[in-house]
Amino acid sequence: MDEHRPEQPPHSANETNVPGDEPSQAQGEGQVCEPQREPEPTEPAAERDAAEETLTQREWRKLNRREILKLTPIVLAGAFVIPGLRTPLLREGVALSDWASGLLFSKARFAPTFAPSAVVPFEKFPYNGYDVLDPNVDLDDWTLTVEGKVRWSGEYTLAQIRDLPKIAQNVRHVCVEGWDAIGSFGGVRISDFLRSVGADPRARFLEVVCADDYYESVDMDTAMHPQSLLCYEMYGKPLDRGHGAPLRLHLPTKLGYKHAKYLTGIHVTDVLKPKRGYWVDQGYSWFAGI
Amino acid sequence: MSKLASGLTLKTHRVDVNGEIVAVAYEHPWVVRICHWLNAISLFVLIGTGLRIFIAFPSFGPKIPQRNFLAVPEAFTIGGWLGGALQWHFTFMWIFVGTGLSYLVYQFLTGNFREVLFMPRDAKGVWPMLRHYFLFDKKPDLTEPYNALQKLAYTAAVLFGVLSTLTGLVLFKPVQFRWLAFVFGGFHFTRIWHFLGMCGFLLFITGHLVMVLLHGWNNFFAMLSGWKKGPEYLIE
Repeated sequence: MDEHRPEQPPHSANETNVPGDEPSQAQGEGQVCEPQREPEPTEPAAERDAAEETLTQREWRKLNRREILKLTPIVLAGAFVIPGLRTPLLREGVALSDWASGLLFSKARFAPTFAPSAVVPFEKFPYNGYDVLDPNVDLDDWTLTVEGKVRWSGEYTLAQIRDLPKIAQNVRHVCVEGWDAIGSFGGVRISDFLRSVGADPRARFLEVVCADDYYESVDMDTAMHPQSLLCYEMYGKPLDRGHGAPLRLHLPTKLGYKHAKYLTGIHVTDVLKPKRGYWVDQGYSWFAGI
Repeated sequence: MSKLASGLTLKTHRVDVNGEIVAVAYEHPWVVRICHWLNAISLFVLIGTGLRIFIAFPSFGPKIPQRNFLAVPEAFTIGGWLGGALQWHFTFMWIFVGTGLSYLVYQFLTGNFREVLFMPRDAKGVWPMLRHYFLFDKKPDLTEPYNALQKLAYTAAVLFGVLSTLTGLVLFKPVQFRWLAFVFGGFHFTRIWHFLGMCGFLLFITGHLVMVLLHGWNNFFAMLSGWKKGPEYLIE
């Protein structure tokens, strides 16, 4: 109750309304009627505008109705309840998020890298497969098929890929499920490989196919990011079968499901196939940038 | 118009209800009401889908070994599966943040924030309100639309929104916002902060709904039409 204004008399003529004050009479200045009876000895909390009109009940209802009608835009949210509208709306929502993700992405911004002491032990780096953990890749006969907008398309052996400069990095792997683990990855830059096969630098996408029938696609900006690897090593050892031997994608700026394992082919293109990614086609975000 | 003792000016009228004159006040401007209901919808969706996303990995520790923190029943969730829940979450996060920003801009441009922003001087009013609700003490006199406890609750709700938005941004883009991730202790800990933001909202919503039930139709109706009939700070 510090809001009292005790220095002012409670019935100061221009300031207060007291019981019995008819609004119509209260307008003339300085001639407010004294009330017939003493008001309760409480301080008025508010200064009322004496000229305020008194509404009839009909006017009051009309006022409320008008104000409630102003809320009708909220009804639009009901579109999310209608299945035929919900699906396209949610698709637009994800598309908006992917668009914003693309804007936020910068090839100059690096995923944090960590000291070896921060890396989880190899046994604690999860195996994650959508189907089988070992699609029985013949590691001796394995080649990577390179197609699309590249000058030297064809089959590439692991030895040819390993000839490019090796990059090793300790980065955080973030899964769409919410877990994360800092692991150690080694391989060659996708950008180095694409240059070595004469890929069109203006091509927009990289599509990959895998021995376990998994498939994925990424924007070329992400593929050309200096941390994006064709990964053949984890923890300094050749990839084991569970982690995608002999070659997988390692994209520190993407969620885990973009890091396709057991690669058998890559395709440089300007137009994505209708099948954009195993999980993506079921409803995950395509961009999946982090 | 009425100028309240707190310095706030409200649109007011008198209404003749069968000969009895009742004061009415325009407590909730249109923008605030729209934002309130949009917020109610988006929080419902974001919490429901957030819980479904949480089920995919209901832990705050490592993946190996995984120790589940909480078993959320599927029935309390929205989205059906992780991918579905993420679609809702990625859609309604825009509605939630858009609503929140519109609300804050409106409140500060119009000065209406004075009605609801908890200030240090409101601190001494919290305890009497708590005594009123929990120990059935006399209700302290009200000189403005919101009492100190309400201001505290609504201001906290805004802070929960800010926390949820910033931590959500980190979970969405931990690499692009690595500086912000650093502020919250890294990606892994940000997940905990994001969860705590939701806990804050659940606490707020529970208290809010109990109060709505306790205070009846007249009070609820004001969030639809904006007009409150016979508010106690206008009783003459």
